[in-house]
Amino acid sequence: MPVRPSGPGPEPEEPEDLDLVLEDRLRRFATIWSRAIFPVTATSLTRPEFELHLLPWARELSDALHGRPFDTAPAGRVGAALVAAHCTDPDALSRTLGVVESYLVLYCGRPAQDTAEELRARSARLQHALAAGFARALRQRTLTEQEAIARSALAARSLAEEALHATEARFRAVFDGAAVGIGIADLDGTILEVNDTLTRMFGGLETHIRGRRTTDWVHPEDGPQVWRMYGELVRGERDHYRVEKPYYRGDGTVLWTNLTVSLLRDADGRPQYQLALMEDTTERRLLNLRLRYEATHDALTGLPNRTLFFERLDKVLAAGGGTRFALCYLDLDGFKAINDSLGHSAGDRLLVEVADRLQSCAARSGEMVARLGGDEFVALTTGPASDEDEAGELARRILHVLSTPISLDGRELAVRGSIGVVEGPAGGERSAAEVLRSADITMYRAKSAGGNRFERADAEADARAITRHGLTTALPAALDRGEFFIEYQPLVHLGDGTVHGAEALVRWCHPQHGVLGPDRFIPLAEHTGLIVPLGRWVLQEAVRQARFWNRSHSDGGPLRINVNLSPTQLHHPGLVADTVDVLERSGLDPGALCLEVTESALIGADEDLLKPLRQLAEMGVDIALDDFGTGYSNLANLRRLPVSVLKLDRSFTQGMQTHPVDPVDLKIVEGIVSLAHSLQLAVTVEGVETGAQAEQLRELGCDTAQGWYYARPGAPDRIHSLVLADAI
Amino acid sequence: MERPAWAPSGIDISVPSVSRIYDYYLGGSHNFEVDREAARKAMDFMPGLPKVMQANRAVMRRAVRFAVDQGITQFLDIGSGIPTFGNVHEVAQNATPDARVLYVDHDPVAVAHSKAVLAGNDHTGVVAADLRKPHDILHSPEAAVLLDLDRPVALLLVAVLHFLEDADEPGRAVAELRDALAPGSLLILTHASYEGIPLPRDVAAGTVSVYRDIRNPLVMRSRDEVARFFDGFELVEPGLVPMADWRPETPVDQEDPYAFSGFAGVGRKA
Repeated sequence: MPVRPSGPGPEPEEPEDLDLVLEDRLRRFATIWSRAIFPVTATSLTRPEFELHLLPWARELSDALHGRPFDTAPAGRVGAALVAAHCTDPDALSRTLGVVESYLVLYCGRPAQDTAEELRARSARLQHALAAGFARALRQRTLTEQEAIARSALAARSLAEEALHATEARFRAVFDGAAVGIGIADLDGTILEVNDTLTRMFGGLETHIRGRRTTDWVHPEDGPQVWRMYGELVRGERDHYRVEKPYYRGDGTVLWTNLTVSLLRDADGRPQYQLALMEDTTERRLLNLRLRYEATHDALTGLPNRTLFFERLDKVLAAGGGTRFALCYLDLDGFKAINDSLGHSAGDRLLVEVADRLQSCAARSGEMVARLGGDEFVALTTGPASDEDEAGELARRILHVLSTPISLDGRELAVRGSIGVVEGPAGGERSAAEVLRSADITMYRAKSAGGNRFERADAEADARAITRHGLTTALPAALDRGEFFIEYQPLVHLGDGTVHGAEALVRWCHPQHGVLGPDRFIPLAEHTGLIVPLGRWVLQEAVRQARFWNRSHSDGGPLRINVNLSPTQLHHPGLVADTVDVLERSGLDPGALCLEVTESALIGADEDLLKPLRQLAEMGVDIALDDFGTGYSNLANLRRLPVSVLKLDRSFTQGMQTHPVDPVDLKIVEGIVSLAHSLQLAVTVEGVETGAQAEQLRELGCDTAQGWYYARPGAPDRIHSLVLADAI
Repeated sequence: MERPAWAPSGIDISVPSVSRIYDYYLGGSHNFEVDREAARKAMDFMPGLPKVMQANRAVMRRAVRFAVDQGITQFLDIGSGIPTFGNVHEVAQNATPDARVLYVDHDPVAVAHSKAVLAGNDHTGVVAADLRKPHDILHSPEAAVLLDLDRPVALLLVAVLHFLEDADEPGRAVAELRDALAPGSLLILTHASYEGIPLPRDVAAGTVSVYRDIRNPLVMRSRDEVARFFDGFELVEPGLVPMADWRPETPVDQEDPYAFSGFAGVGRKA
């Protein structure tokens, strides 16, 4: 304790300066005191501040030293003040006592009042009291602070507990109120806790669940990975998994869930519990199944639809392993007529009956009947390869079940169908779409062959038909895109060799196959009904062209234009109106138009069919009977047809190319011409290729002719130039 | 089962707390035996630790007065610990009665104690929050009541950044606080460092190991590293200096050698 052994000793003092002197000594005592204890204090005051802080307490000690009566209490307060000034270090006390011991009497003693001995005794007692005061205050402060910090710790803890409690209450609320089922199990699978939702999902009895083991809930429809992942989870190798899992409820019904299982670990990361979250998907699943059923079945017949059929066919084709498949593609013959004449409702009932019958003949496992749409059905059968003709057998069965007439509104309807059969080994290279297309094409072959039969697919026929198929499907777009054009072949007066008119011949400029003649696509257009718009277009175009010619070539009589009418056009109710419309729009004289109808189209024609032709004829339109001589028509019938021109089939002119000319042919032609003329019909011959032919035909009395001898079919301007040549 | 993430951790007073250790260094009794035991171990390596803390308090006091002289009346003291004496609000309110102080600490006991001590003082508040999440501090209801962030604030990061490891991104936290403060705001910062400690480095490292053992690592940073916290601030005179050298009010030669440990500095946001 660095107390300086020597001090500034009592100085001679002037009585009037006594107070100042005493004050100065007191400050010096405080300085010494401050210097002694400042290093051991924890105060944040600066030294001068601290010294100033001690000054009142130095005064207290000084006053106590001289107190009358002598009282040590102030010294006790000084001890407490040290503690309050954060001089809590024990050294602060011992240094203070040292300073008091050495300097209090020296700087603050007034020897005039007290003896040195008395002052020393008082100083000692003040030190005792100061030490006691310090100890008492330090004890008090320590206790207070200990209590305060303990209270704070307690407060903090209860705050944390409240928060934890709130958290747990929240968690409990989540657990209890969750819309998903929540369950907690230990790692052995023993179920420890479940919420109400989960209990309800399982049928409402908690006893069915709690205490059981998760491993009891094996279900035959569990995915293969479910229990593998479960094992990984409880071993701590996986932290969660999510699966779709079915459970048996207490009553044996099945609960479907979306199950999420999470592993809960303790603070050290050791697996502790498993937490399951379950969402009841039973209803959703049922709905999905129903939607799936609806999406894969035909609403009318209840048969599988195209979607399901393709799924099955894909599966069959992918299977391989020595199995074979056979597919029958059925299209009802003449269904459209039934629909049109009896109405859609009757048509629908017919389809339902057909569906029932089909199902009855393909009911074995591995067999399937589907409706692809409209009146198109497929039957699919699969099985191990065998010698038996399964496919043919199936097709025959189908034709057989259809052969019994179907009763509809009191009528007995004979239903026929055309079947395309495709068979082959599974695991082949063909896709389902290819197989079906082949069956489709084959079916058309059966239909072309007269229907009510089946045909088997063969690659060559497929290839032919594929083009046919492709052309058929390309037709509508071709018309839209303007791929058709018309060539004109002149019709020449045999009498004077002048151009009398032209026949309009439609061509298709196919983007892949080049220019196609009408024989390639008219039958297809006829089949699909596209012939009607196509025919109308040809008529418009040809009439417009004829009108153009007649305007620019006014002298020498009007040029005639011949346009072909197909059987379907003939049946079309708009024929007359369309024709009138075309003529009126173009301004062409009806007498300049000649519509060519094939003889075969008019065989057996009744008055209904002839009526439109008759109307046209009455307007002045010529009707030509095309390909005459091939249809074995009743010649007697000719007189009642509204026909003004006969066009002899080219087979007659071909007969005249031989040398010498077959006299029988000559007789026939001569007879026809004579007959025609007697009925006041003009006669046109086709296929004239030589001058000799032309001369012969002229001699036979034919009126007009066309053929390569005169001109091949060509662009409209060529007709124009021919006409001009005539005029010269 | 595992406690959900939103549950607070419990209060475990068997684990030493840096706030209570600090109190012990300053001669207080707001501490438990575990704290005192850790403090004594640390003082075995650095007997002058109390003097370091005292210097910390002293420089904080001078800096707060400086801030008041600059016209600042709002104080945000993060890492305030256990208030004993010479706290920011005492110093500040002594200089200007309308000074407002928001104390922030992440030690729940320190926060509870602060609340008890500050009860009745309307110009002060306490927030339990972490320096690592400045957003929580700046958007606390208490901050909304006490601080007007459109006016300058004195941000005190006294003896706290050295408890943030680099992985905690202390620089990012300081920058986020800085960005929230109005121009003219002050950053009052002290930081532990091996530089200035009157002991061989390996001896002082013993203290660091004590803090590591109580899972409150003490990160000693160099002067340059500490200076980086002042990015976006302009250091006022005398710059970043040993604590006792920052605007001393009494002759520096009388200071305890330990008072020169670590660095103190005050920066002004432009």
